[in-house]
Amino acid sequence: MTLNDMTFKIAGEAGQGVESTGRGFAKALVRGGLYVFALQDYHSRIRGGHNFYQIRVADHDIFSHDERVHLLLALTEVAISEHAGEIVEGGGIIYDPALSVDEQSLGTVKGFPVPLAQIAEDEGGSKIMANTAAIGATAGLTNYGLQAIHGVIRENFRKKGEEVVEANLKVADAAYRFVKEKYGDAFPFKLEAVQSPPRMLISGNEALSLGALLGGVKFVAGYPMTPGSPILEWLSVHSEEYGIVTKHAEDELAAINMVIGAGQMGVRAMTPTSGGGFSLMAEGLGLAGINEVPIVVVNVQRPGPATGHATRHEQGDLLFMIYASQGEFPRILLAPGTIEQCFEAGWRAFNLAEKYQCPALIISDAFLAHSPRVLDMGALDFNVPIDRGVLLSDEDLDQLTEPYQRFALAESGISPRALPGHPNAVYSAASDEHDEYGLICEDAAVRIQQDGKRMRKLETARAEMRAPLHYGPPEADVTFLTWGSTFGPLRMAVDLLNAQGHTANLLQVVDVWPLPVDKVLAALEGVKRLIAVEQNYTGQLATLIRAYTGIKADALINRYDGRPMSPEYILARFKEVA
Amino acid sequence: MVTAKDYASPVRPTWCTGCGNFAIWNALKTALVESDLAPHQVMLISGIGCGSKLPDYTTANGFLSLHGRTLAVATGARLANHGLKVICTHGDGDGYGEGGNHFVSAVRRNIGIVDIVQNNRVYGLTKGQYSPTSPHGFVTKTSPQGAIEQAFNPLASAVAAGGTFISRGWSGDLKHLVWLIKEALQHRGYALVDVLQPCVTFNRKYSYDWLRPRVYKLQDDPEYDYGDRSAAWAKAQEWGERIPIGILYRIESLPAYEELVPALEEGPLVRQPLHVKTPDQYEALKREYV
Repeated sequence: MTLNDMTFKIAGEAGQGVESTGRGFAKALVRGGLYVFALQDYHSRIRGGHNFYQIRVADHDIFSHDERVHLLLALTEVAISEHAGEIVEGGGIIYDPALSVDEQSLGTVKGFPVPLAQIAEDEGGSKIMANTAAIGATAGLTNYGLQAIHGVIRENFRKKGEEVVEANLKVADAAYRFVKEKYGDAFPFKLEAVQSPPRMLISGNEALSLGALLGGVKFVAGYPMTPGSPILEWLSVHSEEYGIVTKHAEDELAAINMVIGAGQMGVRAMTPTSGGGFSLMAEGLGLAGINEVPIVVVNVQRPGPATGHATRHEQGDLLFMIYASQGEFPRILLAPGTIEQCFEAGWRAFNLAEKYQCPALIISDAFLAHSPRVLDMGALDFNVPIDRGVLLSDEDLDQLTEPYQRFALAESGISPRALPGHPNAVYSAASDEHDEYGLICEDAAVRIQQDGKRMRKLETARAEMRAPLHYGPPEADVTFLTWGSTFGPLRMAVDLLNAQGHTANLLQVVDVWPLPVDKVLAALEGVKRLIAVEQNYTGQLATLIRAYTGIKADALINRYDGRPMSPEYILARFKEVA
Repeated sequence: MVTAKDYASPVRPTWCTGCGNFAIWNALKTALVESDLAPHQVMLISGIGCGSKLPDYTTANGFLSLHGRTLAVATGARLANHGLKVICTHGDGDGYGEGGNHFVSAVRRNIGIVDIVQNNRVYGLTKGQYSPTSPHGFVTKTSPQGAIEQAFNPLASAVAAGGTFISRGWSGDLKHLVWLIKEALQHRGYALVDVLQPCVTFNRKYSYDWLRPRVYKLQDDPEYDYGDRSAAWAKAQEWGERIPIGILYRIESLPAYEELVPALEEGPLVRQPLHVKTPDQYEALKREYV
C-alpha cells in the first residue's frame, strides 16, 4: 500500500465537468492537509473534444505534475484509450459500465466499473450528478474520508438550494459505499487526511490578480484572450468591492491605450492579454515609452504564431517582449515561474513601472496560469511595499515657481512626475520627440538629450534587477538554466538527478530585463556544464544570456508541442544531451 | 477669471496659411474661456495628424498619442480622472479611419468626452491621400482612378450607434463653432463635434467658397426636434446643395458611462487611495482559495 503519493486524472469531453470535478476533488484533498499540483489540458471548444485534469497528490510541497497516473476516472472511451498507457503498475481506472470498455484490453491495469449515472439517478434523481458519484467513488477507492468531500459538495451546490446539496451528498455517499462493498481494498494507493493548518489551492492567474490588487491597481482594461482572460475576469469580479475600474475594451489596441491614458492621469493601470493581443499592443508600448507613462502589461503566453494553440502552453514570446515596438526605450520584464512569484510580480511591476516611468511587463504562460498549487496561507505576504517613485504631491507643486518640466534632464533619467490637474504643472506630452516641457522638437541636440535621458533609466533600473535564483547544491556537475513555469518540472528533475547520484542545480531568471548582466555572470561563474531548459524551439533565454554575457549554453532541452514539460521528459532529454 | 491669455502658448502652429485648424483652435480656446474652464481643468488628447498638433500649441494639460488611438487614450484618462474635462482633437483619418472601432465604441459607451473631429476629408500631414470621408471618386495619389469606397458618414454612424450628442460645426463660422463647442462641453456623455474644415493645400474641392453657401444652421429652424433620432438620421443624410450644421441630436437623459461605474461613485479614481479596504478585508480574499 502507498499512502498520500499518487496522481489522479479525470478525463472526458468538454462540457462533462472535467475541470469542476477535478478542482472539487483537489480542494477536498487540500482540506485534508495534502499537497496537490493540478494540471489542466483542454481544447479550444465548448463541447466535445478531449480534456483532462490531473492532480498530483503528496504529503509535501510539490512543484509539478509528473507522468505517472495511479487512478484514472474515465468519462469517455477515448479517455481510456488515450491514458491507459500512463497508468502505473497496480493503478486502475474508474468508469461507468455504460461505456463500452473491453476489460481484456486493459492488461495489467485494473478496471473499476462503477454505475455512476445509475447511482446518480437512483439516489439523487438525475444523471447530471454522475460527476458527484465519481468523486464519491474515487474517495471510496482511495479510502479518503468523506468529510472533506461533503464540504466541497455543500459549497459547490449551495447556490442551487438545500435540496440539490442533499441529493448530491446522497449520491456521493452511495457511490462511496458501492465501491467499498464491491472493491474493498483492491486499489493499493490510498489517501488519508492529515492534521494541518488551512492552505490555499491557487493558480498563477489568480495569484497574479491578487498581487496586482495588493499592488494598488486601480484601472484594468483588456480584451479576452486565452489564457490571459481570467485576470481581467478576476479583477472585474472584485472591482466594485475593491475600488477598481475594469474595462472590457473593444480590442487590445484600445486596451493598452486606455491603460496609457489612465497611467498618464496617475492611476496604477494594467492590461492582461496573451501573445496575439500583446502583438497588437506593440505600438502602444512605444507610446508609454516615449511619454514615460507607467503601465503594466501581462502576457500570459500560449503557442504562436497567430492563433497557434489557443489553449496550450509555450514560452515563445520572451525576446519579442524585450524588443517589441519601433525604436529604443526602457522597459522592465519580469518572468515569474511559481505561484508565489506571480503574486510578487503582480505588485512589484507597479512599483517598477512608476519608479522608472516606463512599461513594466510580466511574462507568464498557460501552464503557470492554469495550474493550481497548494500554498501555505503565509506564502503570499499581503503587506506589500508601495513605491510610487518620484511623484510630486500637490504640496510640492504649490511651491513650484518655475514652469514645470515634465521631462527634465535628470542624471538618473527619472524626471519628477506631476499628474495632470495642478495649475502649476500644466504641460502637454507629445509622442513626437519632445523637449523638457513635452513640446514637439526636432532639434538633434534635444533628441540626444531626451533619448539619452530615457535610456539612462534602463541603466538605473538594471542596478536593482535581481540575480537569477539558485536551487540545488552550490557546486554541481550540471547547471540548468530556465525561466517561467518550466522551473517547476525542472526543480523536480533536479531533485531526481541528485537522488540518482548526479550533482545538478538550476538557475531561474525572473528579472529578465534589463538583464542584470553582472549578477548573471556571477551566477554562471564556475558552472561546469550549462543546459538551457525552455518551452520553445530556439532557446530564447539562452540566446539573451549569450548575447549579453558571451556565455553559450552547452545544450538545450526544449519542447514546443504545446504540452508542458514533466520531470520525466527533462530527464529523458538530459540523457540524450549528457 | 479665466482669460484667453491663459491658453496662449509660445509655440506657433505649423499649419498652412488659411488652414481650417486655426479657426477650430481659436473656437476651442474661446469656448473654454467662456465656459470658465482653466487650462489645468481640461485634458486635451489628440492623435497624429495636422489637427492633432493642437494641444502642442495650447497651454493646457495635453497628450499627443498615436494615430487612431485618441479616443482609447481619452477613455482611460476620463475613467482615471473624471474631474477633468477630457477633449479630443483629431482628424478624420485618425478618428474615423485608423480609430474607427474606437469611434463606434465611444459613441455606444457614452463616455464623457468632447470629441472634436477636424474633418477636412483628406490626409494632410502625409501629403494628400484620400481619407475615410473623401467622396466616392475622389482623386488623390493613392486613389489615382478615384476613390472606390463610399464616403464614411460619421453623423449617421453616430446616430446608428446610439449617440447622445451628435453635431457638425464649420470652421468658416467661428461664432457658431464656439457656441457648438460650449454646448458639447455641457453634455453629460460623449459629444461628437464633427467640424467641416477646408484643407487649403490638399483638398481644393471642398474649399471655403464651396462650403460657405451650402451650410445652414439647424437652430434657425424652430420646428427642428433635437430629441428625434429619425430627424437626426434624415439630417445626417443631407449633403450637397444644402449641408446642415449645428446639433443634429441631443439627449441629456442618459447617464455617461462613468456615472454607472461603481468604483467612481467615490469621486475621481486618481484621488482615491490605492487600497480602499482594511488589511483584514484583503486578507479575507485568501479564504476564497481554502
